[in-house]
Amino acid sequence: MIHQYQLGGYNIVLDVCSGALHVVDELTYDLIEGIAAAEETFTDASSDAAAPALREKLVSSMQDKYAGTEMGKKEEIEECYEQILGLIRTGKLFTKDTYEPMAGELKARTSGVVKALCLHIAHTCNLNCSYCFASQGKYHGERAVMSLEVGKRALDFLIENSGSRHNLEVDFFGGEPLMNFEVVKELVAYARSIEKQHNKNFRFTLTTNGVLVDDDVIDFANRECSNVVLSLDGRKEVHDRYRVDFAGNGSWEKIVPKFQKFVKARDGKNYYMRGTFTHANPDFLEDIKVMLDLGFTELSMEPVVCGEDDPARLTEEDLPIVLQQYEKLAELMIERDKEGKPFTFYHYMIDLKGGPCIYKRISGCGSGTEYMAVTPWGDLYPCHQFVGEEKFLLGNIYDGVKNTSIQDDFAACNVYAREECRNCWARLYCSGGCAANAYHATGSVRGVYKYGCELFKKRIECALMVAINREFSASENQ
Amino acid sequence: MEHIKTIETRNLCESAKNGGCGECQTSCQSACKTSCGIANQQCENSNK
Repeated sequence: MIHQYQLGGYNIVLDVCSGALHVVDELTYDLIEGIAAAEETFTDASSDAAAPALREKLVSSMQDKYAGTEMGKKEEIEECYEQILGLIRTGKLFTKDTYEPMAGELKARTSGVVKALCLHIAHTCNLNCSYCFASQGKYHGERAVMSLEVGKRALDFLIENSGSRHNLEVDFFGGEPLMNFEVVKELVAYARSIEKQHNKNFRFTLTTNGVLVDDDVIDFANRECSNVVLSLDGRKEVHDRYRVDFAGNGSWEKIVPKFQKFVKARDGKNYYMRGTFTHANPDFLEDIKVMLDLGFTELSMEPVVCGEDDPARLTEEDLPIVLQQYEKLAELMIERDKEGKPFTFYHYMIDLKGGPCIYKRISGCGSGTEYMAVTPWGDLYPCHQFVGEEKFLLGNIYDGVKNTSIQDDFAACNVYAREECRNCWARLYCSGGCAANAYHATGSVRGVYKYGCELFKKRIECALMVAINREFSASENQ
Repeated sequence: MEHIKTIETRNLCESAKNGGCGECQTSCQSACKTSCGIANQQCENSNK
């Protein structure tokens, strides 16, 4: 399978299964399109694509299309066809998907190994954002904070269940985790005191709305947290529409200077300025520009996750606007690259030469198996987005996972678990998508959240285009 | 005439040989928290 598209002035051809990426001229683009139309009938791409009948038909069609130009000459088209066949023969075009037998292998190999926990350190919040998927931090339950004892047991549980895995990841999440900051600090101290004896390395992340950020928090986070996620929606009026305190006052004025100080103290690294866009601001690029103007360069902007009746929910009418915004964002990144003012957008980070291996790409996200969320009282859920959904309760940090049938459902989530994913060109980039999004959209963790898929595919198209542009710019500058 | 420029990428077929160490991050963790994507993750396999 291939995916071909035109963006940013490039004709782009992605060979889905090998990961090979090609930038081609128009003639090649058209020939590949013609070969792709016949791909369903292929048993062996290299010989079937070279079959005289197909070749003659396509060459003749290109002679007509490009008549009177250099590209319309028969020998030029034949040469181009040979170059395409060369890619097929070397496994860089129309590569077959032979990975299905490996799906589940990684999870089976690491079965029972937990490598990351999301610690719900505070099921309470000092903001009252109506669009919050965690229902103002309470996750549809009572307000609560995690005790030191529960937190320590959670870290012990992680070590006990992490097998030979060296790096263990722990997110301090909420609600607002800084409402229980003393416990956060003590848990990190505890983890540091035991990690060496167990040959582990804890990596901590803190997600915060910024209200309680002060010098103490900044010092602590810069010393102990490999990443911090800072919530800011961009424009003041956009941010303050939802991110208000319990008196209804916006939080933008209060948090922006704190975030600027926080990021400066981290040397501008290892953070994400994370925004949410909603039906109120499908033109979210304007919010990204505000973040840039404020001096932030590591950015993430996420579509809202909320119920069907929520006025914040993105609509079908918003979809074309959002897709266009993603393209304009890619253009902005290229402009800023040229000006020597690059920035990072989380979803456009793509490491073409490195990046995850095929096992990871087909294995699904890991929620419910290698990643779980821990409530303030020690219950385990497949991920933070399932907390409060009682039927997804997996067990607890004292007795371990007891609800193995739910865990099996999550273990079975992989690229090949959904028919729609099998035939999707983006499957090796999303790994089958978010189980929580699927559940909320369809009632099943094996469902498909089509709206999210549309956004995801556009993001990957843009990410690849930006990566191509950077690659070409780098070689021009050499 | 050169019709095709191929960008250097990790060969996914080849990555099966030494892959699957499991040291990489879980997918949306430490970042967006609301959507899944693995394209932007780092490979942490020291033997690749």
